[in-house]
Parts: sequence; C-alpha cells; structure tokens
Amino acid sequence: MEHYDIVVIGAGPGGYVAAIRAAQLGFRTACVEGWASPAGEAALGGTCLNVGCIPSKALLDSSHHFEHMAKHAKEHGIQVTGLGMDVPAMQKRKDKIVQTLTQGIAGLFKKNQVTWVKGTGRLAGGNEVAVMDAAGKETSRLSGTHLIIATGSVPMRIPCAEVDGKRIVDSTGALAFDAVPKTLGVIGGGVIGLELGSVWRRLGAKVTVFEAMPEFLSAVDRDVAKEAQKLFTRQGLDIRLGAKVLSAKAGKDGVALEVELAGKTETLAVERLIVAVGRAPRTEGLGAAEAGLELDNRGFIKVDASFRTNLPGVFAVGDVIGGPMLAHKASEEGVAVAEMIAGQKPEVDHGHIPWVIYTWPEIAWAGATEQALKATGRAYKVGKFPFLASGRARAMGETDGFVKVLSDAADDSLLGVHCLGPNASELIAEAVITMAFGGSAEDIARTVHAHPTLAESLHEAALGTDGRMIHL
Amino acid sequence: MLVEIKVPVLAESVPDATLLEWRKKAGEQVERGENLIDLETDKVTLEVVAPDSGVLVEIRKQTGETALSHDVLAVIDTAASAAPTSAPAAAASQTADAVAAAQAAAVRAGPAARKLMAEQGLAPSDVPSSREDGRITKGDVLAQAARPAAAPVAAAAAPVTAMPPALLDAGARPEERVAMTRLRKRTAERLLQAQQQAAMLTTFNEVNMQALMDLRGRYKDDFEKRHGVKLGFMSFFVKAAVEALKRFPVVNASVDGEDIIYHGYFDIGVAVGSERGLVVPVLRNAELMSFADIERQIAEFGKRARDGKLTLEELTGGTFTISNGGIFGSLVSTPIINPPQSAILGMHKIQERPIAERGQVVIRPMMYLALSYDHRIIDGREAVQCLDTMRQCLEDPGRLLLGV
Repeated sequence: MEHYDIVVIGAGPGGYVAAIRAAQLGFRTACVEGWASPAGEAALGGTCLNVGCIPSKALLDSSHHFEHMAKHAKEHGIQVTGLGMDVPAMQKRKDKIVQTLTQGIAGLFKKNQVTWVKGTGRLAGGNEVAVMDAAGKETSRLSGTHLIIATGSVPMRIPCAEVDGKRIVDSTGALAFDAVPKTLGVIGGGVIGLELGSVWRRLGAKVTVFEAMPEFLSAVDRDVAKEAQKLFTRQGLDIRLGAKVLSAKAGKDGVALEVELAGKTETLAVERLIVAVGRAPRTEGLGAAEAGLELDNRGFIKVDASFRTNLPGVFAVGDVIGGPMLAHKASEEGVAVAEMIAGQKPEVDHGHIPWVIYTWPEIAWAGATEQALKATGRAYKVGKFPFLASGRARAMGETDGFVKVLSDAADDSLLGVHCLGPNASELIAEAVITMAFGGSAEDIARTVHAHPTLAESLHEAALGTDGRMIHL
Repeated sequence: MLVEIKVPVLAESVPDATLLEWRKKAGEQVERGENLIDLETDKVTLEVVAPDSGVLVEIRKQTGETALSHDVLAVIDTAASAAPTSAPAAAASQTADAVAAAQAAAVRAGPAARKLMAEQGLAPSDVPSSREDGRITKGDVLAQAARPAAAPVAAAAAPVTAMPPALLDAGARPEERVAMTRLRKRTAERLLQAQQQAAMLTTFNEVNMQALMDLRGRYKDDFEKRHGVKLGFMSFFVKAAVEALKRFPVVNASVDGEDIIYHGYFDIGVAVGSERGLVVPVLRNAELMSFADIERQIAEFGKRARDGKLTLEELTGGTFTISNGGIFGSLVSTPIINPPQSAILGMHKIQERPIAERGQVVIRPMMYLALSYDHRIIDGREAVQCLDTMRQCLEDPGRLLLGV
C-alpha cells in the first residue's frame, strides 16, 4: 500500500488546490478523483470545471453575445442580418473549454508532482483510503499521514420533480441542451436558476422561474435585489415568487406543472424543466458512517475552526463542510489546511468572501447587506452611485445598475459593497481587498482610479458615504 | 500587598537565564499558579508561575533580557483587581465600545501581515506601524520579527506534527539568519571545548545482537506485564556499561586540573533528542538500578524532554554518557566527550550483515560500537578492553547476571 504525507479525496476547486499547495510545501501528495466526463474520460476539476462555474460561464458568454447582436448591435450602428444560433456549435465550444481546463489541472498535478489516483475515495479506517471504481469495487488502497476530504456537493433533489435527465433536468442537464426549448421552467430563483434561466432566455426560450420564497434573492441587499428583479423581468424572465411547485410530470412533449401561487393552484406546461433548488453535501460513497466521521443534521461534515473533523488526522474543506458553496471559498480552505499541516498559521477570511451572480447585468457583493446592518443595530453610512452617471458605462451602453457602499458611521470601516452592473464580478475584488486590509470607505475614496472605468463608480459610491460625490 | 516575582534558584553550573516571552502584560489579572514567563538557561527551560493571585503591576525585566538567581522579574499587587467591579453600567458600556474600537483599530493590518503576526506570536500592539495611519504592513511585521528582543525561540511556529520542511523553489535562494538559542550556544561552546581540551580519540568494536534480541523477544511481554514498561535495549547497554566501568574505573573518572577524580558511583547520562536540541539527563547510581528501573526512568526522561520539563538536577553531573545515533540511522560515528567526563559510548543502528561464525558465513543483526575517550588519562589498552567487555556482556547477557 502506497503511503503519502497527504491524501486529498476529491479534485474540485477545494481538493485540487489543496493538493497543489500541499505539494508546493514539500508534502508527498496524492489526490483521489473518479469524475468521468460525458465521453467517459477521467477528469479533474470536480463540479466547478465540469458541470458548474466554467461551462455555465461559457454558455452565459455565448448567449450574451447572441443577445447583444440581436438587441443592442443596432444602437452601435452595426447592421445584423441573418442572425442565427447554432446550439451544438455553442456546446462544442463549451466542451472544448472544459476539456482544456480539466487537462490543465492534470498538467498542474504533473508539474507539482501530485499523484492523481483515479477512482472514488472511501475512508477505510485509520489513515487509509480505499479507491473504488465506478461499479463500487475496491481497486486499490493508499494511506496518508493526513487526509483532506473535499468531495463537494451534488444538486439537491425534490420528490415533486424527479429528474429524468431529459425533460426534467438538474443544472448538469441544463448545461447540455442540444436545442433551445420554446418554453422552460426553472424551479429555484437562486444563483444557478437565474444564470441557467438567463442562458436559455437569451437564446429565445420563454422562461418562467418558480421561487418558493416570497422575496427575490433574499440573501442579497434589498436595493440590489429589487432593481435586479425589475431588470430581469424587463428582459423577459417571468419570475414567480412564493410559488410552490406541487408536481411536475414529464410527458412525451413536455412537462406538466402544478404550482401553488397565492393560495391558488395553477397548471402549466413547459417543454423542459430545470430543478435548481440548491445543493447538498456529497458524502455518498465516502464511507462516513463506517469510519465514524461525524456529520451534522443536514449531512455536512462537522469541522472545527482548523477544518479538523472528529477523526484524527482527517480534515475537510469546501462545499462538504457547509457555508457558502463557492469554489473560491473551497480553494482558500484547501490552501489553509495544507499550510496548517505545514505548521503555518493561515486564516480564511470567511467574513469577506465575494459572491457573484453571473446574470447580465451581473450581481456581486461582499460584506454585510444593509438589511443585516439594520438588524444588528449598527450605525452605518451609505453611498450609492448609478452606472447611468458613469462615462465608461455610457460609452459601453451598459447603464443599468449601481454600486452601493456601506461603511461604519463611527470609524468609516468598509462594511459592505453591493454592485449590480456590467462586470460587477471584477469590480468587487477591489472592495474585498479593502475589507481584507480593514480599510475604510475613505481609503477607496482617496485612492486614484483610472478614468474612464467602471471602477470609478465604486470610487464615487465611496465618496458618497461622506456626501461628496463629484459626478452626481 | 505587593509580591515580588523572582528568578528561581539556578544550579551552580548555570550562570544566568534569558527571559522568553511574557505571557501577561502589566495591568493584567494573574491567577496563582499561572505561568507568567519561561526562562531559558543553558540546560533547561524554567517556568515562572505567579506565587499569588493579583494584578501584575510592574514588569522589571523584559523579554530577551538576562537575569540571575533571585533577580526580581515583576511585581504583583495581591490587593488589586484588574476590572473595576463596581463601575456604573454606562461607564462599562463606554469601555466596551472603546475596547471594540481599539480592537477594530488593532486589526488594521492586511492578510499577509496578520498571518505573519500569528506565526511569529506577535500581537498587533507589539508591532510599530511605519505608516501615519497606524496600519501594520507586512514590512512592519518583518521588521519587528527581525529585532532580536522580539524574536524568542518560542515564537517559531511549531508544526501540527513533525513534517518534512517545505521544498524550496528551484530558482529561489533564500537565507535566514536566526540567533542561536542559549541551549544551542552552550552546546556549541562545550563541544568545541571538549575537542580542544581533551586528547580525544575513538575505538570501535561491533556487537552481535542476536542473543540480546532473542532474550528480549522471549521476555518482552512478561516484562511489560510485570513492570508496566517496555523492555528496550537501552537497559542492557546501561548495565553492560556499568559492568565494564567497574572493571576499568579510569573510564568512569574525570580530570580536574592535574588530578584524576575516580568516582565510586556510576551516573550514566543518556542522550535524548528533543525539539529544543539534544539534552542528556542522567541516571543516578545506575549500578543500583534494575532493568525495569532503567527503562522506566529513560521513558520518563524522554517524555519530559519533549515537554521541556527536565530539571537542572537531572541534567547535571554524570560520570559517563551513552549516545544512540542508531535511532536516527547512523551506522558508525565518533561521539564527542561530555566534559568533565572522560569517555562516551556511541550506539548505532542494528544492521543485518554477513559475518563469519565458526567457519560459516551467517547473517546476524550487528551493531557498531564506538568509545571516544580522553587519552590524557585513559590508555588505549583500557579503552579497548573496556569496550570489548561491553561487547561481551551484550553478546552474552548472562555475564551481566554473574558479573563475569
């Protein structure tokens, strides 16, 4: 049996990053991953690269270009005739991107001398990991002085809408449609539902989003959520809040839906249905119960502040331990665990993790929302700057949305930044770094920003907390 | 009442002690028995605990300073209490706000600076900022860590478990200047002194461990059951050394100026590796100890060496030393005498080797033995025969029983 300093179970953004960092620190490292691509090839990268962040962004970009050509090219003076959408070509491009990136990780493993053990890792007692094939048969076994579990998450299932992979699909299926459905239902108005709903709406589907909560994007700052709802509705997304899907039956031509809305039961028919109601920790096949690994009541692996599970020498990171199910959160935790094992004292700044929803305009935020500050009774200042007043946004023709800055009323420390607008996902980085340094709104206000850029809008919003915006 | 906290009595051979990090600040409440600071001496680290509960009103000696026995390190006021218990609620809440604000200000440091502070054991208040706004930069932390007074040995981050050090980037050629700990400095001095003052040379032999291993294999379970401690090889080596030293008393002697002092007792130092360096606790009157006594005492020493809890008495004196490089894999080496002793036995790793036995080539578990000695008082004949006696006792442990 091969022995390693560190064995990582799972090669998603938590696992593969942990493995590379561990190898950089001089540990003999193995990473066990049994993901198979649709073509049946073993692939690294987990959900994020194979059926998550990356393929969805590929489709979001393709569909964004298409919509831009169809709706906005004209205002730039571009005449477009004979515009059409070749969905298989778009999918091929997406598959190629995924393939390139997952192979890229295999290259990084090679470069860093991380051993990729193909198969599904299962805790086999003590510090041993059994490697199982797709049929669930043990093919080999390895041991590690330290084990890091990074098995990620899977789409959550609901009994009223059983995923059949054809008419009713989860996020994975929704990334692989070979044609644009005429009508598309989406159960779940969260990040995944909105992004995938946007892709197919832009390409021509009539999309209805059923959200059980009475509020749109309840975790998001209210200002942002309200404005986003208005914009998405204007774009053609039919958002039904407080909608409870009672049943979804797949037939030959589509799906028959029974939805309870404001006390009334409606029946609807859609060609395809996406179930995007959240994600659950992936511990199946890990042998958690047999190994005595402690899980919480929702099935997440219990860890302490240093990501230690109840089993000696066994750590866990990423989606499988709960918290924000974000690739970048998992990666940071993976790095931290590897460094802790090496005796360093890293911290994962869970209070300042950026969140992004890749709709258009994009939604991005970090830190506290205004409603959260109100709830805790903290005195704060607000600065808000609309992209309508930004020269760059005007030039781009992307004037929807705004940047909102929240800072402490007493010491001006930056508490939250919320952005709805073009490239919000990139703009938020500046806010996160300021918060990481314990910076104030004035720190942003006193920092020179290039002109003309979208980042100037954050600068103006920061000035706004002090009531001294220049361009509004 | 004011109570002075003093440096405990240091042993005669220990001139002074260096203050490691204060665990309390002036003005803080301390509880009786609480460890306030560690003192590092040439041989051990001593804990200084609060003799009584109270408020630490004054620190007289700072981290990094040197102190002698009975020096006053700090003063505790046993009548005072750190928190004003009868303050009105409003004042208390104001204080809380101020504390919160101070804490907020304290974290005005970036992620890299915060990580470095955690690893160096520095609080934000320990690090002077180079910026007008008081923010602590990574450079500020690096500068503070490089200041000698603030770089106690204890600050080095202890790994979660012993692990290989990080591999360096092929392109990087980093260097790090680290002040020697007192223990290291003292070790260096003594080793150099031994090399310079003694006429040191080494004689070698090898021992066939088969009989010893058989004996141990036969009795190790019974031994552990009866004595509650594992039967190792060290007890045999200590016993064999004592037997040989009895026959060649000069090997157990020491030089004092122009005199030779013969010791009528056998205090055997056993070198033990610890995280702070090599320490050599001493088995007193090893000639009176049973195998179980020896094993138990060595196990106890090992544990306390790891915890840094060996006392000065346990580390001083000794008439002969046994050093085991074998546990690190050494095949053969020349140990250095621990002055004022005159000889040291080096054990090595057990290796299966072909040897000739009654005209046949056989494979046996063999160990090289090395005896370094001070030729000024020990003649070659005595050294060689002393070592050979040890070999005979080890190859035929029955000799230990009968004294033959």
